[in-house]
Amino acid sequence: MGKNIKITINGEVVEINEGTSILDAAHQVGVIIPTLCYHKDLCVAGNCRVCVVEVAGQKRLSPSCATPCEDGMEIYTNSVKVRNSRKHIIELLLSEHNADCTRCYKNGKCELQKLASDYKVMTDDFIPLVPFKHYTIDMFSPSIIKDDSKCIRCQRCVRTCAELQGVNALTVAYKGDQMKITTFFEKAMNEVVCTNCGQCIIHCPTGALVERNYIEEVWAAITDKTKHVIVQTAPAVRVALGEELGFEVGTRITGKMVAALKRLGFDTVMDTDFTADLTIMEEGTELLSRLKRALVDHDPEVKLPMATSCSPGWIKYIEHMYPDYLGHLSTCKSPQQMFGALAKTYYAQARNLRPENIVSVSIMPCTAKKFEANRPEMHDSGYRDVDYVLTTRELAIMIKQAGIDFMKLNDMKFDRLMGESTGAGVIFGATGGVMEAALRTAYELVTGREVPFEGLNILPVRGMEGVKEASVLIEKPLKEWSFLDGVTLKCVIAHGLVNAKKVMDSVISGEVNYHFIEIMACPGGCLGGGGQPIPTSPEIRAKRAAAIYAEDTGMPLRKSHVNPEVLKIYNDFLIKPLGEKSHHLLHTTYTARKRY
Amino acid sequence: METNYQLKRADFIFKNENDWKEVLKKNINRPPHELINELISSELKGRGGAGFPTGLKWKLSAEVKSDIKYVICNADEGEPGTFKDREILSLVPFKVLTAMAICGHVVGAKEGYIYLRGEYFFLKPELNKAISEFEHYCKEINLDFTIRIFMGSGAYICGEETALFESMEGKRGEPRNKPPYPAISGYMNKPTVINNVETLAHAYTIFTYGAKRFYDLGVQYSRGTKLFSVSGDTPKPGIYELELGMSLTDFVNDFGDGDTKAVQVGGASGFLVPRKRFAETTIGYEGKLIGISLPTGGSMMLFNSSRSMFNVLDNYLEFFREESCGQCTPCRVGCQQLLKGIKAVKTGEKNAQHLDKLLRLAETMQFTAKCGLGQSVANSFSSIVENFREEMIY
Repeated sequence: MGKNIKITINGEVVEINEGTSILDAAHQVGVIIPTLCYHKDLCVAGNCRVCVVEVAGQKRLSPSCATPCEDGMEIYTNSVKVRNSRKHIIELLLSEHNADCTRCYKNGKCELQKLASDYKVMTDDFIPLVPFKHYTIDMFSPSIIKDDSKCIRCQRCVRTCAELQGVNALTVAYKGDQMKITTFFEKAMNEVVCTNCGQCIIHCPTGALVERNYIEEVWAAITDKTKHVIVQTAPAVRVALGEELGFEVGTRITGKMVAALKRLGFDTVMDTDFTADLTIMEEGTELLSRLKRALVDHDPEVKLPMATSCSPGWIKYIEHMYPDYLGHLSTCKSPQQMFGALAKTYYAQARNLRPENIVSVSIMPCTAKKFEANRPEMHDSGYRDVDYVLTTRELAIMIKQAGIDFMKLNDMKFDRLMGESTGAGVIFGATGGVMEAALRTAYELVTGREVPFEGLNILPVRGMEGVKEASVLIEKPLKEWSFLDGVTLKCVIAHGLVNAKKVMDSVISGEVNYHFIEIMACPGGCLGGGGQPIPTSPEIRAKRAAAIYAEDTGMPLRKSHVNPEVLKIYNDFLIKPLGEKSHHLLHTTYTARKRY
Repeated sequence: METNYQLKRADFIFKNENDWKEVLKKNINRPPHELINELISSELKGRGGAGFPTGLKWKLSAEVKSDIKYVICNADEGEPGTFKDREILSLVPFKVLTAMAICGHVVGAKEGYIYLRGEYFFLKPELNKAISEFEHYCKEINLDFTIRIFMGSGAYICGEETALFESMEGKRGEPRNKPPYPAISGYMNKPTVINNVETLAHAYTIFTYGAKRFYDLGVQYSRGTKLFSVSGDTPKPGIYELELGMSLTDFVNDFGDGDTKAVQVGGASGFLVPRKRFAETTIGYEGKLIGISLPTGGSMMLFNSSRSMFNVLDNYLEFFREESCGQCTPCRVGCQQLLKGIKAVKTGEKNAQHLDKLLRLAETMQFTAKCGLGQSVANSFSSIVENFREEMIY
């Protein structure tokens, strides 16, 4: 920490730490400076110039995001020079922007639109530049739509793709008036290394990057009397949906969400948390069987560490970046796809429905799930397992379209059969959650005792550090697991693909020997997913995480293996984890892909 | 108008006494602070255009503690109408190399780079020959200093020092935020001295003949000589070494074709001076009546009465529209608006008052653009539009 210095902002003396940016210093004293290219998750670019301020004695204005305070600085954030320049910059951005706002998916949620409104840009001094450029909308990806005519070149997406994800699917090309954000060789988004994580979408200030939405398709299915529409909701949706509907960040609205889904007209409202619990049964058993093969059978073919496979962004990432290591992935499908396969088999049989008449919809915090549902291998029910994937944002749009006063809804419960869940399923939504849920179950299966952490809260795996390590010593196991006696189970957790790379590289170099790896593509895990409400920031993600863990603590059942509906499905249908039916419906294979 | 002032021609830069070995040997045995003081007392200012005191630049970098430092010679000579660095590197490369090595000795750098403009690829073989001869001699005298050439790829913006570092680091050539400045954190985030080719050549002159000889030339605030790239409507285009402080009248009397209407001082990013202002304009870092500086390396473009100033401006703006890196809003969009704007006024799609809006826009670009490119577009734009408004409209 630097020393304290004194500056003045608009005449008010402020004492701050040396090196603080003018922007942060201003915010500390309640002076708001508009920004566009600045984002708390990303490095400072200083390229939009909307945040310029006047520093006494300097002819030029300074970008407040990129200028550190110096002792004695006299800063003016609202001088004539600043106001004129700022307005000019907003006008320039608008002149280069496809400002057909009423027809824009981000209408009402666009940062540029808000600035235009705040600064009352009513003139048309500048010549509209969009007609001179030949934009085409990239609609090839099942997850992401990229419309360059709405791009303001702030490079937030580029920095997101590089700094948070290490994917670099998006980059800057050309210069001058031709400068644009594009992909390798300007290929379509579905032909490049893009993992469909959608982080670019939640970091984009305008409508240049948005999810491909399936709202009308879902409305059509709901309206179609011949169709039985079943919906599942992912754990992270219930702690974020409220943000779109007027609630404080971090409010849990599970019961209202269920009620809203019923009002929207879904025939059955189920819970992805159920298949999250099921994933733990399958994945935990898979891990134990790999450990047995390694430690007892000394099978050289067995791949350890085993990595989780719940995050479709991570799956596509490893397929592109580490195609030789696909054997390390758990063969378990993600909870969404397990649910989809069961909806058109187990559920169809139980309710005596014809699977071809079932439309399976999922509500996800994720845009990569749209791609995942579209994968050719996800047809194990004999039909497309999940028909439509909606993001948290799309669900909020439907709720608004349907005229539902969300605040006034009474809580309702998920429907039975695949609607029961435990706290272990809920925490899938946070980074470290799958690990924690797996440990709660695996430890107990092996030792007959609960995992040795107070209140089942395995704190070392929680939190927002990029890479977290944890280890659990197994003592006095049950007889059949005696080979694990004295074994320290080593686990590592990463979120954000740039951290996934760190873990993979350390695994490949052999410097560490882990048994189990949890990786979530998005910062914070699913709660920070690319389908979640905008904006996002470290603080917002921390609040959502707190809500997830509160939801867990509040559940009567908190271990996947005690979920009665999970026990029932093994009893009635699947028979046993890793059994033949599981193998067919709940497990999958992966595809090696090239980087370009 | 009468004047007794004569253009004072000088011949330091291209005078080749082939004494570089002695100059190098003599100076690397002098203590760094003495060399810095010599440079500071010469009042040499950067000849790339910005005019930052060279001695101070070296001093700042010398004061930073770091195991690795760099010396970079900026040979990305891209300003329209500037062609002097090419001649220096062709004719007297050893002067530049020697000054780089002395700089390395002063600041504590062992590696030097020449960032060579992409279009100067043809200079590379001869320059490499000179470098290997130079490095051979360095070994002989136990001087640990290497020089490598880094080829640019043709982007004007890469002459901006921080964009140049980005380019050398294998990234897209985009200017960085300042601070930090290169002396503290430059190439590879290490302390870096980056000097223009001509600046280094002048440093060689100073280390050969002493600071006083240099200081005695020129005028207050603008000491020494400067190379001028003279082009346009002139009977004798070429490169001339002149003492700083001359009046533009004298310059035009010497170089004009008798019908000079205006002179563009400093290339596309410089200022246009109309005939009526010749007498009151001096060429140096502190102009007398109107503040003419040398925003670039001394490009002097003369225009006679056959030239349309609209076409001249159109040409400059076309250049900036294409050569802006596109990173910051005022430069990227501003250049497009200025260019489209003057065309719209010319064709009548916009009325003449639109020029006033564009002048205010140019001022915003000057205040808010991220780097010197965007900030200096206003120089030529405003000086041309203000002085030749009718030509923009009719």
